[in-house]
Amino acid sequence: MLLHLGTRKGYLALRRFGRGDWRCERSAFIGDPVSQLLPDPRDGRLYAALNLGHFGVKLRVSEDRGASFTELPAPAYAKQEASSEEAPSVDLLWCLEPAGPDPGSLWCGTIPGGLFRSDDGGRSWGLNEALWNQPSRERWFGGGYPHPGIHSVLVAPDGDRVVAGISCGGVWISEDGGGSWRVRTEGMFAEYMPPGLREDPAIQDPHRLAWCDGDRRRIWCQHHNGFFRSDDGGETWTSLEVPPSSFGFAVAAHPGDPQVAWSVPLVKDECRVPVDRRMVVARTRDGGANWESVGRGLPEGDSFAVVYRHGLDVHPGEAVLAMATTTGALWISEDLGDSWDLVTAELAPVYCVRFDRS
Amino acid sequence: MPSVHFTPNLRRHLRVESTEVEGHTVSDALSRVFRDNPDLRSYVLDDQGRLRTHVVIYVDGRAVRDRKGLGDAVGEGAEIHVMQALSGG
Repeated sequence: MLLHLGTRKGYLALRRFGRGDWRCERSAFIGDPVSQLLPDPRDGRLYAALNLGHFGVKLRVSEDRGASFTELPAPAYAKQEASSEEAPSVDLLWCLEPAGPDPGSLWCGTIPGGLFRSDDGGRSWGLNEALWNQPSRERWFGGGYPHPGIHSVLVAPDGDRVVAGISCGGVWISEDGGGSWRVRTEGMFAEYMPPGLREDPAIQDPHRLAWCDGDRRRIWCQHHNGFFRSDDGGETWTSLEVPPSSFGFAVAAHPGDPQVAWSVPLVKDECRVPVDRRMVVARTRDGGANWESVGRGLPEGDSFAVVYRHGLDVHPGEAVLAMATTTGALWISEDLGDSWDLVTAELAPVYCVRFDRS
Repeated sequence: MPSVHFTPNLRRHLRVESTEVEGHTVSDALSRVFRDNPDLRSYVLDDQGRLRTHVVIYVDGRAVRDRKGLGDAVGEGAEIHVMQALSGG
């Protein structure tokens, strides 16, 4: 089992040698922020999105499972004739996903809100105009960043059904591979918005979307206002109370059991530390009706750990969980979250963890 | 001819060397550099061709004023330095 990590200071791959025994097998881009990774299960390629700060976003690909990388053109907006301060430029490559069964077909969600597609393994990219040109986009706004961003793109195996989460711009569904889109947030609300806007689809702030591979009608959404569940593939949403807090960023769905999901609660919403500074994972096993705080082995106090929205992943075959924090710790659970083994506490802040699925 | 120099930190990511190029503006000079080294463009300029927020260019010791169009004039023998701005952290 191989786990890929994108951190504030580079890329690491860790291989499992036994319970709690994961060893660094490869590293790259040491010193550079790695905002997203895609170990592509279709062809074994490994894509790495960098955010070089001074020098902008970059995209690299490895054909040899991370031993070496070559540069690809990063998604970029077309240059406008009269370039202004407002004309868009990609600030962050926030999510990378296979776009369907064809190797080389990719979605890349970005800040400031553009969804880009490649059909040649990232050698060229095109902006999805159907989503970019939605009239409601003018009401989207940034959540934690100056501009809105697409952080979640769920793609059905045939590539036709796509569900995209935008902070802050709602949940968007396409049935034709991105050819057309509709926003679906019925049931979601944002109490922190002015009256009249709290149910506006275009301002909803889904922090992260995750669906059950075994039943893609079941989608979990960690939202800025709380936690929501969809039973109909994202058409409608139900608010759930998740103790000790419904606020957080990460969510993971069990790959085979639509009743099981995990989140990592934080104090809502400016504070953003574990409740009572005790790090726990919230788990449901009955579709969200009841939640239990699990996490034997996690720090019992004095924790300031935050798990970013891409910092929690579940292995599709083994239901092993990986969780990594802004405080540089990597935790693994092999019993559905009941207990956690600390692999290392010496990482840089972790942006993303992804199990190798090839 | 103006000469263009780059922060050595760019060499962590791609090949880049000091060079002499024709040009009457910063934009002219950089366009010629990018013609020979197209990958370098996105490290210095954003999608719209503006100078990246945390990159700064000095011409004979003065920071350029036109960060959007890079129209600052460069004289014969000007020294152009493309540097990281400390604002980038």
